[in-house]
Amino acid sequence: MPFTNEQLERYSRHIILKEVGIKGQKKLLNAKVLIIGAGGLGAPAALYLAAAGVGTIGIADADEVDLSNLQRQVIHTTADLGKAKVKSAAETMTAINPDVKVNTYRTFVTSQNIMNLIAGYDFILDGTDNFPAKFLINDACVMAKKPFSHAGIIRFRGQLMTYVPGQGPCYRCVFKNPPPKDAVPTCKQAGVIGAMGGVIGSLQAMEAIKYIIGQGKLLTGRLLTYDALKMEFHTIKLPRDEHCAVCSAHPTITKLIDYEQAECDMKK
Amino acid sequence: MMILTVAGKKKNYPERLTLPALIEQEAVENPDYVTVTINDAFVERGDFAQTILKDGDTVEFLYFMGGGTV
Ligand SMILES: [Zn+2]
Repeated sequence: MPFTNEQLERYSRHIILKEVGIKGQKKLLNAKVLIIGAGGLGAPAALYLAAAGVGTIGIADADEVDLSNLQRQVIHTTADLGKAKVKSAAETMTAINPDVKVNTYRTFVTSQNIMNLIAGYDFILDGTDNFPAKFLINDACVMAKKPFSHAGIIRFRGQLMTYVPGQGPCYRCVFKNPPPKDAVPTCKQAGVIGAMGGVIGSLQAMEAIKYIIGQGKLLTGRLLTYDALKMEFHTIKLPRDEHCAVCSAHPTITKLIDYEQAECDMKK
Repeated sequence: MMILTVAGKKKNYPERLTLPALIEQEAVENPDYVTVTINDAFVERGDFAQTILKDGDTVEFLYFMGGGTV
């Protein structure tokens, strides 16, 4: 389908880039990205992906908007308090760009639903806050051969890496198993600067866009870390673990696992 | 003395420094759950104690980071 005049204008700053052009913008409009978690990372990522004209964006989250979310989850406003996060996020995204079809999934990801959730998507963005979900997303994406962006943020620090099937290590190659509950603090326990979600979530959106338009070098085989207090970015080369429990030639994990959540983060 | 590149920074360290001693010296957070690479290869946790660093080694610490929703 040819672009409308409105679309040519809306995406003009993309189209003028030789790395994007009409072809790249078409790819974006035809792309399907699933964002798991409409929180600190998912909020900025969803805003930029919607604005960029990613044609179908899925968003999965079981929570409602809480006052303590608004310090960083910029897709929700004070008027959205108590509303389902996926609904609030979808409203903001369509308000920014009516070209975007938003699919909402008001649920936590589990071993039962994740394969169905990710099936229809080209790229998955992990914006979750806990290790059980991060390992579940990794394992499911490895098994379903889906590329995804991992990210984590805490206090003044953040990190991200990109998994593309057959092109480098998965999250489990690096981190093996979730830490025991409560052994490693989460944002809720330790705090986080709101802008950290903006920095790292936007980088995740950038990886999704690069993957879709097929330009540049992704964070495969690399972990990018950001320390806001030192104001330093650092890239760490990641080898593949030849014996990785999930992505190696002879995986020992062949079924998805629901790990136990940290008690202090359990919903009341 | 020997030179190591630790978390991207070149610094002087005493010779025959072990990995656990470096982890302590660098005040690595949650040392029981850190992933370590030396010269871009993972070090198995069971091998930490016997790992002695050599001049010119590049050491990286990879931390668990949750965060996102809540
Ligand atoms: Zn792996």
